[in-house]
Amino acid sequence: MTLRVENLTCWRGKQALFDRLSFTLEPKKLLLVEGSNGCGKTTLLKILAGLRPPTSGLVTWQQTPLDAMTEEYNTHLKWLGHDNGMSRHLSVIENLRINANLFACEAKGIETVLHQIGLKPFQDTLVKHLSAGMKRRLALARLMLGHSSLWILDEPQTSLDKAGVALFESLTSEFLDQGGSVVIASHQPLGIAPNYIQRLNLSACH
Amino acid sequence: MADFSFFILMQREFKIASRSVQQFLLPISFFSLVVLLFPLGLNPSPQLLQTIAPGILWVAALLAILLSLDNLFREDYEDGFLELLVLSPRPLALLLAGKVAGQWLIIILPLLLIASLFGIFLGLPNHSLGTLLISLLIGTPCLMLIGAIAAALTVGLQQSSVLITLLLLPLYLPVLIFGSSAVQHASTGLSSNPQLYMLSSLLILTLTLAPLAMSAAIKISLSQ
Repeated sequence: MTLRVENLTCWRGKQALFDRLSFTLEPKKLLLVEGSNGCGKTTLLKILAGLRPPTSGLVTWQQTPLDAMTEEYNTHLKWLGHDNGMSRHLSVIENLRINANLFACEAKGIETVLHQIGLKPFQDTLVKHLSAGMKRRLALARLMLGHSSLWILDEPQTSLDKAGVALFESLTSEFLDQGGSVVIASHQPLGIAPNYIQRLNLSACH
Repeated sequence: MADFSFFILMQREFKIASRSVQQFLLPISFFSLVVLLFPLGLNPSPQLLQTIAPGILWVAALLAILLSLDNLFREDYEDGFLELLVLSPRPLALLLAGKVAGQWLIIILPLLLIASLFGIFLGLPNHSLGTLLISLLIGTPCLMLIGAIAAALTVGLQQSSVLITLLLLPLYLPVLIFGSSAVQHASTGLSSNPQLYMLSSLLILTLTLAPLAMSAAIKISLSQ
C-alpha cells in the first residue's frame, strides 16, 4: 500500500508549480504538504487523487500507475477537498447514506460514525441549516465510513473548533495506527506524533 | 459494482426535488407560459392554432429542457459532490445516467400532462394527441442527454448558459424537426411512423453514447 511519486511536474500557464517532485509515502506515514498560498498544494493533492493529470511524471499505487487502475485505487482512497460534497437540501443522515452507497460501504456503520463525530442529535437536520464547522465535521464523518488505506485531505481543519480539531487529530492518529497513509495540505499546526510525519514544502520547489 | 449504481443518484435527485420544488417547477411553468402566450400574440383563429400547435408544443418543450440544463450539475459542482462521484469506485457513466434519468422523470411527467391539455386547447385533433405524447416521450430524453453532455462540459465555467445554448442548437435541430413533424403528420391523418422511428434511433444513439461522453466531460471539467 505504497504511494510513490516520480518526477512529477505541473505547469500552470508559464509557471512551474513544482518541478520533478519525487517522494514515497509508506503505510503509517502522514505527508504534510506545506507552502504559501497559490503554490500548488491543492493541485498536487488533485493529481495524487487522480482528479487531474500531471504535466509529466508518474504517480503509482502499489507499483501500478494510477490511470491503469482508477476503479481499484478509488476503493482504497478517501478524498476531502475544499468543499464538503454534501447536498444542502438533504439531511445529515441522508447525505451519509448516499455516501455509503456510493462507496459501497455498509450502512450499519453510519450510526456509530455519527456518534463519534458528535452529529447524532442533528442527524435529521438539513445540511443547509448546519454551521460551517458542523458541515466540516460531517465531511470528516465520510472518511470513517467503510475501509480505506489512503486519505487525501485538503485543509481539513478549516472552520473546525478546538474540539473538532482535536477530534480530527485523534481520528487521523487512529487511522495511521491501523496502517493507513494520509496526505494533508495544511497551514495549521498538527497535533500528531512527529514520528508519523513526513514534510514536503512546495514553496521550496521553485 | 454496477448492480444498482444507476439508482443511487436517481433516488437522490427525487429527494432533492421534493425539498426544492421551486427549481423544478421552473421548466414546467416556462413551458406553460410559452404555449399560453403564443395564441395571444398571434391571430387566435382555430385553424392557424391547429397548424402551428405541434411546432409550439415542441419548441416550448425544447426550451423548457434547455432552461433546466444550466442547473443540472451546477450545485453538485459547487458543493464538491462531483469530485466524490469521480472518485467513487462505481462507474461514473452509470451514476450520471441515473442522475439525468431522475431529472428527466421529474420534468417529463408534469410536462406530458400539461402538453396533452394544451394540445386539446390548441385544437389538435384527438387522434394526434397520442402521437404528441409518444414523440415527446421519445424525443425529450434525447434532448436531456445531449444537453447533459454540454452541461457537463461547461460546468466549470462561470457563465455557461450562453455557451450551452450555442453548443446545443445544431444538435437539437434533428430532434425538433422529427418530433414536430411527427405530430404534424398525425394531425393531418398521415402516418407518423417514419419520424417516430427516426426519433427512436436518435434515442438509442444518445442513450448508449451520451453517458460515456458525460463522464468524460465531467472529468475534463474537474481537472481544470
